[in-house]
Amino acid sequence: MTVTAISASTRMVKKTHRTLSSPWATIGAIIIAAVWTLPTFGLFVSSFRPATSITTTGWWTFFSDPQVTLSNYSQTLDFVSSGITITQTLWNSLTITIPAAVFPIVLALLVAYALAWIDFRGRHVVFVAIFALQIVPLQMLLVPLLKMYTGGVTAFGAQIFPGFAANSLGSGFAQVWITHTMSALPLATFMLHNALATIPGEVMEAAQIDGAGHGQIFLRLALPLAMPTIASYAIFQFLWVWNDLLIATIFTSGSNAPITKILADLSGKYGQQWYLLTAGTFLAIIVPLIVFFALQRFFVRGLLAGATKG
Amino acid sequence: MAKRFITYGIVGVAVASMALAGCSQSPSGSPSTTGSAPQIVTIYGTPTGNEGTQWEASWKAWAAANNITIQYTGDQNFTTNISTKIQGNALPDIAVFPQPGLMKSVIETGKVQQLDATTLATVKQNFSTDWQSYGTVSGQQYAVPLDASAKGYIWYSPAAFTAWGVTVPTTWADLMTLTDTIQQKTGQPVWCAGFNSGDASGWPGTDQLAEYVLSASGGQVYDQWVSGDVKFTDQPIADAFTAMGKILLDPKYVNAGFGDVASINSTAFGDVANALADGTCAMTNQATFLEASFATAKTASGATPTVGPTGDVWAFMMPPVAGTPSVVGGGDFAVAFTNSPAVQQVMNYLASGDYANSLITVPDATFITANKGVDVTKETDPLLAQAITTLKDPTTTFRFGAGDSMPSVVQQAWWKGTVDWINGVDQGTVLAQIQKSWADA
Repeated sequence: MTVTAISASTRMVKKTHRTLSSPWATIGAIIIAAVWTLPTFGLFVSSFRPATSITTTGWWTFFSDPQVTLSNYSQTLDFVSSGITITQTLWNSLTITIPAAVFPIVLALLVAYALAWIDFRGRHVVFVAIFALQIVPLQMLLVPLLKMYTGGVTAFGAQIFPGFAANSLGSGFAQVWITHTMSALPLATFMLHNALATIPGEVMEAAQIDGAGHGQIFLRLALPLAMPTIASYAIFQFLWVWNDLLIATIFTSGSNAPITKILADLSGKYGQQWYLLTAGTFLAIIVPLIVFFALQRFFVRGLLAGATKG
Repeated sequence: MAKRFITYGIVGVAVASMALAGCSQSPSGSPSTTGSAPQIVTIYGTPTGNEGTQWEASWKAWAAANNITIQYTGDQNFTTNISTKIQGNALPDIAVFPQPGLMKSVIETGKVQQLDATTLATVKQNFSTDWQSYGTVSGQQYAVPLDASAKGYIWYSPAAFTAWGVTVPTTWADLMTLTDTIQQKTGQPVWCAGFNSGDASGWPGTDQLAEYVLSASGGQVYDQWVSGDVKFTDQPIADAFTAMGKILLDPKYVNAGFGDVASINSTAFGDVANALADGTCAMTNQATFLEASFATAKTASGATPTVGPTGDVWAFMMPPVAGTPSVVGGGDFAVAFTNSPAVQQVMNYLASGDYANSLITVPDATFITANKGVDVTKETDPLLAQAITTLKDPTTTFRFGAGDSMPSVVQQAWWKGTVDWINGVDQGTVLAQIQKSWADA
């Protein structure tokens, strides 16, 4: 980078800083934040209102006629669907989400490192091909994946994978983990590749001269430097898996269902209990909120780290 | 240092979860069928939550007594997900279909087992030929009718009717006169309706229309209409729309307690129970299951409404437009994808009179059945007892909900058409639009 380029970018930063900290920008930001939060706030207020009030009047009437009850929460906690309660689905969700966030990151890190720092023929083609896989819509995967899980995989007369137990109840969480991992890999590889590729080549060379092999470079150098991106991608993946309903309903059954499934059931067959969704939603967002706030500082850094190069 | 800790942490978790993945498969291996271990039968169906739990309760005692564990999975998106599961060969032992149209197309895939001889005999003994026919494809019987629902009930307040000095109408013409009388007495809209139901918004309207068509034109026209031979644009159907429109599109008569005509589309169909309970709405046309919604409703004085002939709310059957009484209803049907002895045992039980009795006596539930082996005296709820008696009565013309029996593209077009119709789109346009969907069926 030349001196002029640095001073130009410093000027840009200063200008942006001024623009964003002007009082008008602050007022604008506050208004946007308020409008953005209003529906959630309404939902929150509603969750403490009696069922009859929720179904007959808007949440704002709470302020003229404050009636507070915890019955929505207690009803939601007592709610049983397909034999499980919302607390059990919370555990199921964690059981699904944590491995489904860890697997793609671990696999994608290895792939991304190889694509970024091991020089082999055609690595750019492989990288673009993996990235391009993102355009395959998830819905198209459902039937082929189910066939694979139930029937196994046979290639050239040899059985590679025997398939899971005959009915969909038998296979625990493995189907969901594998499906989430598969669908996450293209984006994970792309983001982590970009993060690893930004490591200056001199640093890598220095490590090699000092006698570090690829394994050591990966663990001691690449991994710590990519940590902000790993954390931000972990949040993305965690939230995406946590909020997933489609894969969960197709690939889990009975008592393995995650919290999104019971939220969908909460309103009842004829939707007559939709007022319970207010409380259910708030129970369901506790975990994502904890994850988000715990990893927030990585999140902002990671967004920038993945986006800019050089 | 902290970073290295995180690094090793992630690697550690990764290893641990992979080990976990390995473990999770071992207990899932084939459940042992030897000795006294219960046999596992999986059932996949639509009801979730309380309805699902009540369903499970209906077979629980029998299953325990017969050393069978029934694992039930309820899925609100059953109708879309079952197709994916069938294509992917991820089949439950038994699936319970909420509509015969979809079920027949699934039977045609050839993956459904025919009923075994014992179950077939039980079905033939306990169900009318109408009910049997819903599960018959190419002369073979595949399905066991599980439960039923009767639509076309008009909910009202007995106390309010007494106060207004009016009585329950016996013909459609009487009903229209009654509507006008109440409107003049109160000066308010008489009827309330709610068509909002997520992806399926509009279905309550299609039910009401089907009831009118069956009542006014009879079973033969109805059957031809369901099979597509009578078009939506034909006179009997257009007449039914016009007749329904005299109530549903008239701002003088709707939408009591909610707003103008268009508010029908934004009102969740179960919410009409509130307006009916607190007295703002005089009448609403809805199935027996509206009863479930009264549990959370409040009367004008703040109490939970009682349901009964002298209670706060009660219902009468939609009066016949012409001729004899008719009922448009629904029902759930069980089909088996595997033919193990345990599955056959469960199927046979579901067809039996014992199961029907167990079903209608599930506490707090509102199940009814068309099973002839049922003992109506066991039903404590008068409305449900009346519905069961009507279903069992051989003089009643019973037909399945027209939409549920039509191809699902037509049903969806009809739902959407009903919503458009309420929003003020011209009737001719709506009917032509719905009819056009037959081309894709």
